[in-house]
Amino acid sequence: MNRLPITKTPKVYVGGAFIRSESGRTFAIKDAGGRFFANVPQCTRKDLRNAVEAAAKAGPGWAKRTPYNRGQILYRLGEMLEARKADMADALMLGGVSKSAAAKEITAAVDRLIYYAGWADKYEQVLGSVNPVAAPYFNFTVTEPMGIVGVIAPEEAPLLGLVSLVAPVIVSGNTVVALASAAQPYPAIVLGEMLATSDLPGGVVNLLTGARKDLLPTFATHTHLRALAAVADAGERKALALGAVESVKRTKFWKAEEKTDWFSEKAQSLYAIRDFLEFKTTWHPIGA
Amino acid sequence: MPPTVPAAFRRLFSEIGTVDAVGVEERVAKYTTRSIKKRAKLFGLKLAVSMLDLTTLEGKDTPGKVESLCRKAVRPHDDPGIPPVAAVCVYPAMVRPARRALGAAAPVRIASVATAFPSGQMPLKTRLAEVRTAVADGADEIDMVINRGAFLAGEFARVQDEIAAVLAACGDAPLKVILETSELETYDNIRAASFLAMRVLRAGDFIKTSTGKTAANATLGNNQVMLEAIRDFYLETGTPVGMKPAGGIRTAKQALQFLVAVKETLGDAWLTNARYRFGASSLLNDLLRQIEKERTGAYQAPYYFSEAAESY
Repeated sequence: MNRLPITKTPKVYVGGAFIRSESGRTFAIKDAGGRFFANVPQCTRKDLRNAVEAAAKAGPGWAKRTPYNRGQILYRLGEMLEARKADMADALMLGGVSKSAAAKEITAAVDRLIYYAGWADKYEQVLGSVNPVAAPYFNFTVTEPMGIVGVIAPEEAPLLGLVSLVAPVIVSGNTVVALASAAQPYPAIVLGEMLATSDLPGGVVNLLTGARKDLLPTFATHTHLRALAAVADAGERKALALGAVESVKRTKFWKAEEKTDWFSEKAQSLYAIRDFLEFKTTWHPIGA
Repeated sequence: MPPTVPAAFRRLFSEIGTVDAVGVEERVAKYTTRSIKKRAKLFGLKLAVSMLDLTTLEGKDTPGKVESLCRKAVRPHDDPGIPPVAAVCVYPAMVRPARRALGAAAPVRIASVATAFPSGQMPLKTRLAEVRTAVADGADEIDMVINRGAFLAGEFARVQDEIAAVLAACGDAPLKVILETSELETYDNIRAASFLAMRVLRAGDFIKTSTGKTAANATLGNNQVMLEAIRDFYLETGTPVGMKPAGGIRTAKQALQFLVAVKETLGDAWLTNARYRFGASSLLNDLLRQIEKERTGAYQAPYYFSEAAESY
């Protein structure tokens, strides 16, 4: 008997659930040979709004977890990716990369997750401080997460680029609404399925797929997004910066025209965590 | 109708008719599909603000909290184009602080829940005294709860007598009769209770869905049943009774859906705060947030609108 093919409907991971775009729109992605592969949700600004609401709901609980626990969960995400390498390699190879290149990107992404998982309960010791003051007070500086951070992933390295931007943001208790590579959205869809099985609370990472021009203006102006981490070209950077001024948000840009080497050691750093932290200084009387 | 329905209910249903529950559910599902954009949306949002009974009914209410609620009620936002809300809704003990904060000639009315809110389980004498005290302290409107126990037992005359007694104690103050729909079990019962109340009420009084203190509150479904009861009663007697859904309406989107239900069931005559109110506490902030979104084009963070300070 001939069996009908069972093909997967790619859906985006938002608020801990796999959803279609509220608009019902999709766009077709092709495999490396140019054949139709699947229809991917073309998310709209309303999907972005809903994702921000989901992130806001998940945020307080995530920020209250112990740093140790956040590290465990990031490590678990690394485990999930490691265990499902084959699925992810297929997803990456849709973009035309070789099997070995895909394997290299996955290994680098897992290592990056483990790197930031390790920092989870250590960055505070390095970035926080006890400050000397000329009065009988203790003076501490401690870090706090900013809140909801918008991530705009690079078009190339659709897995590693996304992971390199998301991991340092969530490790400190921020939540993320991310726009995946528009050219190669499928690895982000598969990553969403891994996020769902990694003990990460729903809503901490929300991944959208769609056209940059549809979504970037809303990333720029949405006042509930406290910061942006974006790989963008000159025109996009200007638009994002103008929107960020209006809505008072922090921006961290990578220039899309200067190809960032995401595989490099330089693409991971303690300072990537610091970029999305607020610092709070407290005075406390000695002996009280 | 199953034979287990008591005679009192059977008699009433034969007069007023019963509710097609599936039809109601299907009707209200359509309300959520209306596309309301731009100017119509802004109109609806501002109308909803003007229909709000901004409510605080908590054991931890203090005079200070009620005063700040009153300030917010008079001037919800720094945009002067946004109207004041219709009323503040407080416990009887908080009527005096509210009156002090608002002054004698405020654009915002003071509504007080009374009659042993939310259960109503007190002797009638005590409940009436509560109403008189609230009115004497400066309440403009009274929200009462019906005797659900008596209603479910089929003692309709007692339910109506109690409403009439409270009405007399109110004087000129409009009365809102809370049916507590979640404790009435069925749409048929909600329609029955609506009619019992309306037969006693005057023009300008209200029927109200819930106290907001039980698990289930206002829904489009029970709102629709009550709106249709109001329509049928108005066509029969010519007495226009107002409607107030309360509890569970937290978002601007929900509020617009309720307004669609009013517009399509009762028409423009009910699109005024003299005949339709929302009982809500957190709804105002979301309405303001959406109005600001319409003005600026940018989605707004909830913490710009006096949301809890720890908001993420």
